[in-house]
Formats: sequence, structure tokens, C-alpha cells
Amino acid sequence: MQRHVLSVLVENEPGVLSRVAGLFSGRGFNIHSLNVAPALEEGVSHMTITTDCDSLILEQIMKQLHKLVSVIKVVDYTDIPAVSREMMFVKVQAEGVMRGELLRTCEIFRCKVVDVSLNEMTIEATGDHEKIEAILSLLQRFGIKEIARTGAVAMRRSMKME
Amino acid sequence: MECTGAQILLESLQKEGVDVLFGYPGGAVITIYDALPSFPKLRHIHVRHEQGAVHAADGYARASGKVGVCLVTSGPGATNTVTGIATAYCDSIPLVVFTGQVPTHLIGNDAFQEVDIVGITRPCTKHNFLVKDVNKLAVTIRQAFYLARSGRPGPVLVDLPSDIMVAKTEFVWPDDISMRSYNPTYKPNLNQLRRAVEELAQAERPVLLGGGGVIMANAAESLTTLARKLHIPVTCTLMGLGGFPGTDPLWLGMVGMHGTYAANMAINNADVLLCVGARFDDRVTGKLAAFAPKARIVHIDIDPTSIRKNVEVQVPVVGDCRLALEGMLEICAARLADKDWQGMHASWLAAVDAWKKDKPLSYQQGEAIKPQEVVEALYDITQGDAIVTTEVGQHQMWVAQFFAFTRPRTLLTSGGLGTMGYGFPAAMGAQIALPGKKVIAVAGDGSLLMNIQELTTIVANKLPVKVVILNNRYLGMVRQWQELFYKRNYSSTDMDAQPDFVKLAEAFGAEGYRIADPAQLRPMLEKALASPNPAIIDVVVEREENVYPMVPAGAALDEMLLV
Repeated sequence: MQRHVLSVLVENEPGVLSRVAGLFSGRGFNIHSLNVAPALEEGVSHMTITTDCDSLILEQIMKQLHKLVSVIKVVDYTDIPAVSREMMFVKVQAEGVMRGELLRTCEIFRCKVVDVSLNEMTIEATGDHEKIEAILSLLQRFGIKEIARTGAVAMRRSMKME
Repeated sequence: MECTGAQILLESLQKEGVDVLFGYPGGAVITIYDALPSFPKLRHIHVRHEQGAVHAADGYARASGKVGVCLVTSGPGATNTVTGIATAYCDSIPLVVFTGQVPTHLIGNDAFQEVDIVGITRPCTKHNFLVKDVNKLAVTIRQAFYLARSGRPGPVLVDLPSDIMVAKTEFVWPDDISMRSYNPTYKPNLNQLRRAVEELAQAERPVLLGGGGVIMANAAESLTTLARKLHIPVTCTLMGLGGFPGTDPLWLGMVGMHGTYAANMAINNADVLLCVGARFDDRVTGKLAAFAPKARIVHIDIDPTSIRKNVEVQVPVVGDCRLALEGMLEICAARLADKDWQGMHASWLAAVDAWKKDKPLSYQQGEAIKPQEVVEALYDITQGDAIVTTEVGQHQMWVAQFFAFTRPRTLLTSGGLGTMGYGFPAAMGAQIALPGKKVIAVAGDGSLLMNIQELTTIVANKLPVKVVILNNRYLGMVRQWQELFYKRNYSSTDMDAQPDFVKLAEAFGAEGYRIADPAQLRPMLEKALASPNPAIIDVVVEREENVYPMVPAGAALDEMLLV
């Protein structure tokens, strides 16, 4: 089992998300996260799907996605140089002396405070999957009230690295 | 000149070469039916249930190789097509199903006879469309037919809101069709074909396994040529029957759960398995871990998802089955013209023949008529020159075992989905596609009642379809499993309450025959089959006859029950 990041270009038409989601549910494939938004080209949407599976299942997922008539292109970013980011809002308990400690933690991770009240702060964090997980685990001790996370978005790097 | 959506639809069907559509009118498609009489080249077959329309279109498509077309109304008309669509999807049959829909401004309002049929059929169509703009109607129909018949064929559904059928626009038929997101691979990779030939050249115990792809790709001739040239024994899946002559010395019989001893033993002992257009269904492989344990596998399929889905493959070949087989034949001719294939495979063929002689398909004669005997009689009387459709169950397997299909598109059967109620309407569609052919629907007494209403359609259209019921007053296949694996607990499989099929036929205006005396079997069958009218022939057979060989579900192919 391995985490795979798939970049999928689809025709931006009604029902396309249902076709992709239905493929995963109907065949019992795992979706860890799914992000979809318009791509550069008019009429095309870009999906980034992360999934946990072995290599045989990954092969089936790629082929089955490609078989959908609305899917234009499928790329697996797992073994090619690519950048991947997730974003998260996390609302944290912040009272008294803990407020300063929380702000210092935010600084280390280059997070932003986007909302504040007398006893809570909402923090915006961006980073790869590991960084988001690390922030979350560090924030545990302050008392997490609420989380809103995106799935990953990913892009292939321009320069090939040796 | 401006046309209505309904006119554009029917004009487009003519452009696509459609000559028959199977349909049932309703509120949302009245506009289309209103325009239909102005298109006399389009023959409309008015079925009696929408499921019958789809199976009939499917039978038409399988028998003719053309795209089958249906037209039904919204809501229940649309939902009644779902089983037929799923049946066609599982067996890769090209269909275009047009469904009426409520007007666009009512979509999503839970209007009368509204259902989200595009949503419902998303997982059982190759693709589907909701047309929301009359200006996109013609191009959508063009794409629907293109998708249905190209690549790995399949059913495509087009949902037509009633206001779009009334709206007017200029009719522009797109000359060319291309879709950036859809490009099926027809031409196989030459290197892969070379590797495939190399595998065969080194093989000592090769087996050729043909599937439905052989039929769909019109590859039966190439398959037969390759097998004969290279002296390789051939087996087929249920969907592949007719893809290789069932009378040829190289023929092993069908493979799988009810396959022959020889076919299953050959697969089990093969060192190279060349699979052409089959997808290694569980009914074919039995226990996957023990399937073809000694074989390197070459797999040709037009659909890449079929390859390495269930079975590990050493040489994958993506492409059209016919082109791939022709390519392999060319490579053999160019590089291996002098190879002594016959000598190389002599001992293997001898072993295979021994299996065939040792444990052939067989059954015991009894006092009652044996169902296998009926199928053999049908073969003898027609001399194999017939189109045979089946329902699903024991009778289907006996047809597959005891009728030696020699030509493609002569066995029409629901292989993947296993749809009871398929065979009778499919026979109707086949008879419309090929009016001069003898079309026989072999049915069980259970299955036939699932779409018996189409007897009205058959009589109304004077179609000389013959139905032969192998009547054991049981849901025989389920009963067989209950006998073998559920301690003879015949829960809900006794069909003792059944209509008088002779009177039923007569009530519909068809001929009815009943045969119970073994001595009468052949003469009565001959007489009934010779009739120019539709007929139901109710053959009373041995009640508790079982289909053998049988590989129990989940067992390996060599773990066959033989008696």
C-alpha cells in the first residue's frame, strides 16, 4: 500500500465528478482526497486525487479513469518530480499564556492567523501532507475545536532533477 | 430549413444507417412518435415492455453486427430499460437508447414521470448524455453512435427532454467525428505481437482461449486460421462460442464452470495460454490462484482495463482482436514459415485428445426426455444452421455444451449479467435483423415468463420465432446448487404452478406444441420448427437433471464434478 497522487484532466461538464466518484465507489477503490477546479484551458477541469493502494490496483484505477469518456488525461505523480500542497483551517483554543505559545508555533510553520476571538484563533496552514499532519499534531495540546482541510493539489516540476 | 428536435433525431438515425428501432410511446416522447410516420424508412417495432425493447435491440445488434436502437418514454419507461442496458454493457453490445425526459425547466422538480436516468445508468452505460440544447442534438447523436460501435462496444443512453424535441433549429449533420478524450487503440503494438508469436513458437503445450471479443471484432476467421496453422487446441468462453468451429478436431469445448473436462484440463496443463478478447470472468477461471498455473499468458484485448485485472499477464497486447491475430499470422509467415508446428504439438494434441475421449460430455438416457437430448435434436434438425438465443440457467449451459456452434453471431446469450428474460425478446430482434434465418429461443420454464408479453409483438410482426422450453418445473440451476451445496433444500425453486404453455401460445395467436414422449421428440420438433408461424414448443424434460461437468464456485478448474 502506498499513497499515490493522480492528476486527472476531465471535460468540465455536468456529471463528470459523479462519473469519477462512481468509478471509485463502484469498484471499491479508495479515495483519500479529491480536489477539483477549472484548469487553464476553457472547458477543462483539473482533478487531483490521492489514493492508498498497491501497484496492481493503481494500474486498474489509471486504466479505468482513462476509459471514462469524459477523462482527457491521467498522470500518476508518485514517481515523477512534482510539488503537492494541501491547505487547512484549524480553530484552536487560545487563552492566556497559551496565545503567545500558539503564535510562535504558527510562525515556525509559516501559518497565518485569519480569525481571532477572546478565547480562540483560526489558523491557515499550507504545506505538503506531512507538514499539515505535523502542524495538527503540534496543535493538539492547545485544544483543537474544528478543522477544514482541502485535498492535495499537485503539479509536475518544470526542471528534471538528477 | 429549420427542423424540430424530433425531426433532427429521426433524420440523424437515418444518417447513421438505422433501419429499425424498438420502442414504446409515452407522454414525454409523443412529439417524436408524432414525427415518426413521416420517416417511412425507419421501421418501428412496438414492443410490449421497455425491457423487451432493449433486449430485442441487443439481439438485433448481436445477430447483425449493427448498432441496436431503442426509443422509450421518461420515468418508468426509462427505468424499465436498465436491466437491458446493464445486460448489453456486461457483454459489450453496441446500443443507443433514447429516453424521453420532462422538459428542461422541470428537470429536478420531481415532475410527473421524471427520473434521473442519466444518473441511474452512469455505471452501466459506456457513456450517456442529457441533451439540453437543440443545437447540440445532432452532434450528440453522432457521438452516441460513434461511442457505441467503436473501441470496446457498449450501450450509450441519450436523454431527450420533451421541449428540446419541439424546439427548432437548422439541421447540420457533422461529417467528421472526433473526441479529444476518446481514442480507442485498434492497431496493436508490433513488438508486442512479435513477443506473442515468440511465446507460441516456444510453447510445447499451447492453448487458445477465445472470448466475446472474437465475435465483436469479427475475428473468428483469423482465430481459426491461426489455430489450424499452428496446430493449437482451442477453447472458448460462453461469449466466444461460434468464434471457432465446434466441429473442428482442434475444438476442446467450452471452458469454465460448466466447461468440458478436456478444455479445463488443457488450461490447467498449458504452458502458454493465448487469450483473445476474453476478460477472465470468475465463471471462466474458477479459483484465480489455481488458474492456468503452468502457463505464461498472452492477452489480446481492445480494452486495457481487461488486461491484468484478474490474471497476471506476461504479454499484454492492446488492440483489435482481428488486427492482432492477422498481425501474428503475418509474423508467423515471415519468420516461421518452415516451422513444424504439427510435429511440435503432436504429443500435446494427443494428450488433449485422450482427455476428450476419456471424459466427453455425456448424459444417461432415461424414461423421460433428457434436456441435452432436446438440444442435440435441435442441432441435428437444423444441421446447426440457426440462430439460437437462450435465457439463463441450466438450459443455457446445455445449449452451450450440446449445440456445436460453428459460426459467429449464432449464439445470443446473456453471458456477463446472466439476465433471465433476455433470450425471447433477443430472438425477436435477431429475427428482424435476419428475416430468412431460423431463430430458436431455448428457454427454461422460469425464464420465459419474465418477458412473455413480447409474444404479442412477435405475433403482430409475423416473426416465425420458435421457442423451445426445456420444462422441468424448477428453477433448475438454483435447484442444482441447492441439491449439491444446500442439502436439497429446494427453497422457492419448485415452479409447479405454471401456465399451460400451449394454451398460452394460442391465446397470443401463436402455435403451441407439447412434447412429453421421447419417441415423439424428433418428429414433433421437426414439424414445429418447419412451421412458418411463431410457436412455443413445451418440452417436458427430466425434472432433476444436472449440468455436468461442474466446477463448484471458488474451486479450481481441475476440481470438476463429473457426474
